[in-house]
Amino acid sequence: MKRTVLTLGVATLAILIIMMAGRSTTFGSTMEDKPATQVKIDNFVFSPNPVTVPVGSTIRWTNQDDIPHNVVSDDKSFKSKALDTDETFTYTFTKPGTYTYFCSIHPKMTGKIVVQ
Amino acid sequence: MADKTKDEILHDHNHDGIDRRGFLKCMAWAGTGAFCVMQGGVLKSYSLSGLAGSSAKEMKGELSFVQISDSHMGFNKPANTDVAGTLKAAIDKINALPTQPSFILHTGDITHLSKPEEFDGVDQLLKGASAKDVFYVPGEHDVIGDDGKQYLERYGKNAKGAGWYSFDQKGVHFIGLVNVMNLKAGGLGSLGTEQLEWMESDVKHLSKSTPIVVFAHIPLWSVYPEWGWGTDDSAQALGRLKKFGSVTVLNGHIHQTMQKIEGNVTFHTAASTAFPQPKPGAAPSPGPMKVPAEQLKSVLGIRDVNYVQGKHALGVTDSSLE
Ligand SMILES: [Cu+2]
Repeated sequence: MKRTVLTLGVATLAILIIMMAGRSTTFGSTMEDKPATQVKIDNFVFSPNPVTVPVGSTIRWTNQDDIPHNVVSDDKSFKSKALDTDETFTYTFTKPGTYTYFCSIHPKMTGKIVVQ
Repeated sequence: MADKTKDEILHDHNHDGIDRRGFLKCMAWAGTGAFCVMQGGVLKSYSLSGLAGSSAKEMKGELSFVQISDSHMGFNKPANTDVAGTLKAAIDKINALPTQPSFILHTGDITHLSKPEEFDGVDQLLKGASAKDVFYVPGEHDVIGDDGKQYLERYGKNAKGAGWYSFDQKGVHFIGLVNVMNLKAGGLGSLGTEQLEWMESDVKHLSKSTPIVVFAHIPLWSVYPEWGWGTDDSAQALGRLKKFGSVTVLNGHIHQTMQKIEGNVTFHTAASTAFPQPKPGAAPSPGPMKVPAEQLKSVLGIRDVNYVQGKHALGVTDSSLE
């Protein structure tokens, strides 16, 4: 058991080192270099909605309202802090599925991300 | 209080034990608050801005209190870059009342982002109010990020659950409800089973002639569900108050005054001390309504004044803060 954990730890460390290496180079192609798909929050609406993206995609929500909003998945798998005006929240979807989310401050605001 | 008033109130025209004249009436609303006077079981309301002409004698009752709402401390966008200043103006109005209120009700959205310094700012300003007791209920802006933990630490010492409580003042039973917690995707404000059950036991022992004041942040009636201006289980709350002859519901959240009378229940929303919001459906969203700076106080000050005789609404008057 201990050995498994240790092995996993080493593997994670290795991945981290690879990712860091990727980030430090200008030509490296890592997950983070892919441009995020933008979802704006404007007039108490998430748009576009729904959004369909391939696995591994990052979504960036930007609040353009004068009122704070947040982004909370219905199953609580992701949850932003309250986003004040112009603040953003990013989340990377690593598993396929349909993710419904809402603003827990204004629960009438709902959205959906389809990850394929 | 004049004896004449007392006699009027005790008269039971319908011989059903319910004192129709004893309905709480809190009808006049100003931009930053409403001043309510309990007279022989009748709650009268005056707009804060229209008080200059009222004599102190007229204002005397068994109980008076003020409601303020939606101070949104920390908000700094063009709709109002000085929310502290307008809250201060509201407090000055309260302090200038000919009869000082016994206490203040704040119906939530005390802060804009639930930041400690925002709560501190409101506490500090309200220390300048002549009425020292302030009773709060949280708005959705007061429970951001921590499920209301900080709110409860500050204001919920004597509260149950997520912050609900009740108290009695001069024979009036006040119930502070929380409808901004555990909101569900696509839903409205929510009270929840635990709170509804508490409410039922809270009023069980009260006689049906006890005037009831219910206060909560999000309206307990369906103002405009498209914008979330309503509470999913408000009917279940009001159903538990059916036996009472006089129920007054005081809410905030929509930054404008509205009234509705339904049977023995009168509903009122208060204006904000910070910024106005559009009339239902009058804008793409319920975001802050921007008005020219010199008009801000006048917009905040616009009030519906609604006098009710028995169950019947007699009229609505607008007045401004200025
Ligand atoms: Cu929101």
